[in-house]
Amino acid sequence: MEHIRMPKVENVRLLDRLSSRKAALGTLYLTATHVIFVENGSETRKETWVLHSQISSIEKQATTATGCPLLIRCKNFQVIQLVIPQERDCHDIYISLIRLARPVKYEELYCFSFNPKLDKEEREQGWKLIDLNEEYNRMGIPNNYWQISDVNRDYGVCDSYPTEVYVPKSATAHIIVGSSKFRSRRRFPALSYFCKDNNASICRSSQPLSGFSARCLEDEQMLQAIRKANPGGDFIYVVDTRPKLNAIANRAAGKGYENEDNYSNIKFQFIGIENIHVMRNSLQKMLEVCELKSPSMSDFLWGLENSGWLKHIKAIMDAGIFIAKVLIEKDWVSFGHKFNHRIQERTYSLWAHLWKNRADYLNPLYRSDHSQTQGTLHPQMAPCNFLYKFWSGMYNRFEKGLHPRQSVTDYLMAVKEETQQLEEELGILQERLANLQKSQLDNDKDKSKQQDQSKQLGLFNSSNSLANTPQEYSSDLKSFPSRSPSQGDEEDSALILTQDNLKSSDPDLSANSDQESGVEDLSCRSPSGGGCLPSEDSGKDSDEAVFLAV
Amino acid sequence: MLRSCGCCTPTLILLKKEKLGGKPSLYLISNHCRIPRMELKKWTTTSKYQIKRFVGSLGTIIIKCKDLRIIQLDIPGMEECLNIASSIEALSTLDSVTLMYPFFYRPMFEIVEDGWRSFLPDQEFELLSSVTDEWRLSCINKEFSVCPSYPPVVIVPKSVDDEALRKVAMFRHGSRFPVLSYYHKKNGMVMMRSSQPLTGTNGRRCKEDEKLINATLRPGKRGYIIDTRSLNVAQQARAKGGGFEQEVHYPQWRRIHKCIERFNILQESLIKLVEACNDQSHNMDRWLSKLEASNWLTHIKEILTAACLAAQCIDREGASVLVHGTEGTDSTLQVTSLAQIILDPRCRTIRGFESLVVREWLQAGHPFQQRCAQSAYSNGKQKWEAPVFLLFLDCVWQILRQFPCSFEFNEQFLIMLFEHAYASQFGTFLGNNENERSKLKLPQKTMSLWSWVNRSEELRKFQNPLFEANSLVIWPSVAPQSLQLWEGVFLRWNRPSKFLDEAHEEMINIIKYNKELQAKVNALRRQLAEMETDDKM
Repeated sequence: MEHIRMPKVENVRLLDRLSSRKAALGTLYLTATHVIFVENGSETRKETWVLHSQISSIEKQATTATGCPLLIRCKNFQVIQLVIPQERDCHDIYISLIRLARPVKYEELYCFSFNPKLDKEEREQGWKLIDLNEEYNRMGIPNNYWQISDVNRDYGVCDSYPTEVYVPKSATAHIIVGSSKFRSRRRFPALSYFCKDNNASICRSSQPLSGFSARCLEDEQMLQAIRKANPGGDFIYVVDTRPKLNAIANRAAGKGYENEDNYSNIKFQFIGIENIHVMRNSLQKMLEVCELKSPSMSDFLWGLENSGWLKHIKAIMDAGIFIAKVLIEKDWVSFGHKFNHRIQERTYSLWAHLWKNRADYLNPLYRSDHSQTQGTLHPQMAPCNFLYKFWSGMYNRFEKGLHPRQSVTDYLMAVKEETQQLEEELGILQERLANLQKSQLDNDKDKSKQQDQSKQLGLFNSSNSLANTPQEYSSDLKSFPSRSPSQGDEEDSALILTQDNLKSSDPDLSANSDQESGVEDLSCRSPSGGGCLPSEDSGKDSDEAVFLAV
Repeated sequence: MLRSCGCCTPTLILLKKEKLGGKPSLYLISNHCRIPRMELKKWTTTSKYQIKRFVGSLGTIIIKCKDLRIIQLDIPGMEECLNIASSIEALSTLDSVTLMYPFFYRPMFEIVEDGWRSFLPDQEFELLSSVTDEWRLSCINKEFSVCPSYPPVVIVPKSVDDEALRKVAMFRHGSRFPVLSYYHKKNGMVMMRSSQPLTGTNGRRCKEDEKLINATLRPGKRGYIIDTRSLNVAQQARAKGGGFEQEVHYPQWRRIHKCIERFNILQESLIKLVEACNDQSHNMDRWLSKLEASNWLTHIKEILTAACLAAQCIDREGASVLVHGTEGTDSTLQVTSLAQIILDPRCRTIRGFESLVVREWLQAGHPFQQRCAQSAYSNGKQKWEAPVFLLFLDCVWQILRQFPCSFEFNEQFLIMLFEHAYASQFGTFLGNNENERSKLKLPQKTMSLWSWVNRSEELRKFQNPLFEANSLVIWPSVAPQSLQLWEGVFLRWNRPSKFLDEAHEEMINIIKYNKELQAKVNALRRQLAEMETDDKM
C-alpha cells in the first residue's frame, strides 16, 4: 500500500489509559486495513487490532524523554495511547494513519476487501434478510389508503430515499414531485409506520422551504392526502423535532416550518431536539469526561451535566414517547442514509452477520408473552430525570475495570443453554428408561453408557471463579520508608493523599499524561492492580477472568 | 371514613380498604386497644408530618416517613384531621424508648430460633480458635465497667493481659482500646479497630498501647494504621486531648489518612439527595447538579476507597491494619465492615452478613438510636443524626451491583435492614450500645429482627437467585462511572417497578426451571444406573 510509510515499528509502548505506570512493550504494525499492536511477552503475545476506518482522530503529542506519544481515538470510544521511541517513526505512522483513516474512494473501505468466505448465494441472502416490503406488509400496507410508489425509481426524485416508498393513494406523482421540490434535499413526506388497529400513521419528511412566506400547493395537498388516509382523523400533527428558535432562524435561509394557516387541519408542534452540531459537541464533551484520569465524583457529575448529553437523550425519548414507537431498522437505515445498490454485489451485509451470531445479542429475560412485550411500551413520561443515566457500557466500553465484574446476562444465557441440554438429555434418559424397562428381562444393555458419565452436570458449579485484582485505591501502598525509627518525624511521614490535596498541588493532574511518579492517581481505575503490588499474586488473577467464566 | 381508636399509645398507622373498590379507612392502632383479626400489610413510621391545607371540611395531612415514603391523607372533617395530626405528632416523637413499638409488638409467627442468641461472641471466637491460638476472649468489660460502648467480651491478643488492657483503655477515646475486628485466614493478617489515642498536645504515650498493637504483628512485619480523618483534623484533635499515633512511638506502623465525613455533613448530604429525588419538576441539568451538590456519591466513593485500601493492605501487602477515626463508632466501622465484605466470602452470605452487622455495628457500639432517629426528613438540627449505617448499606449495594453473583442476599435484604435500622417492630436496633440494650432488657422484652428474618419463608424473599459461592477476594471499582445512585432506596417510591419486577421474576423462573431439570436428570441417571447394575448381576 502506497500510503504506508512505515509498516513496522519495534519497542513501542502501549499505555494503560488508567494507569500510567502500566505499559506494554511491543511491536506496531500497519497493514492495508488495520493497525496492530503485538505485545512482546513471549507467552501471551496479546494483540490489539484497530480497523483503519474505526479511527476517529489521531493526535501526535509533544516528544518526551521516553519517546513520542501518539493518541488514537476510535469511533467505538476506544482510546489507544502509544509511545514510539523515534520522533521520525512516530511522524511516519501519524501521516500514514491520517491517510488510511480517511479513504477517498469507496473501494478503499474495508468492507470491500472483507471476505467471510460465503458463496454468492449466501451473500445475496444476507442482503435480502430484511425486506422492506415485507415489513410494510406486516403493518398491513398496501391497503385501501396507502400504496407503494415507484416515483423515486433510479433515485430520480430524492437520492436519500429508497426507490420504493409508501405514500397515500390519493397522492399523485405530480403532488409528490411538487412536494419534494418544496422540501430540503427533496425529502417529501413518506410513510414510516402504520398502525393497523386505528389506521394512524407516522410519516416523515425534511423541513419545508417556506422561508418567510413561500407556499407550495402540492405540499399542502400532500399533507391533506396523508390526513385523508386516516378516515377517522380530523387533523394531523406536524411535529418539528427542532427547537423553535432554530426553525425560525432557518427561515432566513429559505427554509423553515409549516405555517398552520396554509395547511388545512394540521396541528403544529416543536419538540426541541438539538441539531447535530450541538449533539456532536455534547458527545465530544462527554467523551472528555470519560477520558479524565481518576476524576472525583464531582468532576464526573459536573462534566456529565456540562456536556448536556443526557439532556439530548431525554429530549429524544420525550419526542419518541410523544410520537410512539417507531421501528429502528426502517427509520435509521433504509431512509436515512445514502446507500448504493452496487455495494451489494461486492460486499456483505451486516444483518446477515448479526443474524448468524444472534446468540450473542439475545436478552435472556425476553419473553414474547410478557405483558411488557405486548403492544405499546409506556416508558415513564413524567419528568423523572433520574431515569436517564450515563451509559458506561458504551462510552467506557474498553475500560473493563469500570464495569460490573459479573454479568447477569452471561450467567442467565449459560443457564438457559444448560437448560436446553438438560431438556435434551432428559428426553434421551426417559427413552432409555422406557427401553430398559421393556427389555429388562432380555438383559439388553446397549446404548452409550459413557455418554452420561462424560457429561458433567452443573456447568457453573465449579467455574464461577472470577478473579480480579485491586485497583489503585491509594498510592500510599509503597514499601515502607527505609529510614530508621529514630529519624521518625510523624508530621512528614504521614501520608495524606486526598483528592483535594492533589488538586491543590496540581490542578491539571487530570489533563497531564506525564505526571510525576510522586503524584499518582488515587482513585481506583486500573482494572488490573497497581504496579506496586506483589507480582506473584497478581499472576494468579488474570485480567481475562474479570467476566463470569462459564 | 375515619376511625380513631382514641386511647393511649398507638404506634401504627393503618390504611385499609374495607372492601374492594371502597374508600380506605384510617386507623391509628393502639398497642393496648387490640383490634381483633386485623391484618397488617404495611406499617410505617413517621418522621415528620405536616398539615398542608384545609379545603372546606377536608383536611390534608402529609406524612413523611423514615423509609423516604411520603403519604398524603385527605381527611373529611377538620376536627378529626387535627386530632389525627396531633396524635401522629405525639406518637412519632416518643421520648421514652420503652414506649416504642418493639416493647408492644407480639409476633404472629412461630419462633424457630431466638435471634438474640444467634450471634454470640463465643461462637465467633470458636471459629477463630480453629485457625489461630494467638488471640483470647477477654471478659474485662463484663459489667461495661471499662468501656461503656463495648460489648462485655472482646477479642484481644493473647499476650496482653487485662491489666494492660485497662491502661490502654485510659489512653483511648471513650476507652475504646484496640480489639480484633477481622482475621484473614489466607495469610494470618488482622484488622483491629479502636478510637483515637489520647496523645494531646504533649504527645503523651502509652507503652501498653504500643505493646498491644505491636502484638498483632508477625516478627519483622509492619502494619498500617488507617486514620479515617484528614491529617488536619487529626492534628486539631490534639488540642482537645485526642490525637494520632506518632511514628516515633509506633515505628513499625505506617499511618495513612483517608478522610471520611461525619455527622451533619452526611446528614445534610442525605437531606439534599432526597430533596433532589423528590423534585419532579426540574430539568436534566438541575437533576445532575443537585445530585452532584448533595455529595452523596462522593461520600460513597470515599468510604469504599478507604475500605478497599484496608483490604488491600491486608490481602496484597500482607500487613496487619488498625482502623480508627475519632470515636471509632462510625467511619471506623464503615471501613472495617466493608473491608470484610471484600475479603471474606462468609460476609457475603445472609447469615454471615447478619453476623457482620451484629459484630461490627451493634456490638461494636454504633449509636443507632442517635444516628437513625429521624432519617432524611428531620427538620430540627439533630446533632447526632447521621446516615452512617445507610451509607454502609449503600456501599454494600454498590459492591453487590458490581458482583451480582457473589452475594447470597439480594438488594431487598439491604433495603429491609435500612428500614429496620430506622423503625422496626423488633428490638434489635434499639439503644446505642450493648450496655444500653442490656439495661433495657431487650432480649427479654422485645423480639429480635433475626428471629423473624431467619425463617425460611422470609429468607426466600432475600435470596439472590444468581448466587454462586465465590471464595475469592472481590475488588470493586470506585471510579465515578462505576458508582450509581441506589434507586432501590432513593427512588423507591418515585419509580414504577412493575416491569423490573417482571424481569426479576423471569430471572428466578429461568434458574428455578434449570434446577428442577437438574434434579430430574440426576434422579433418572441414578435410576438408570441402578437398573443397569441390577441387569449385570
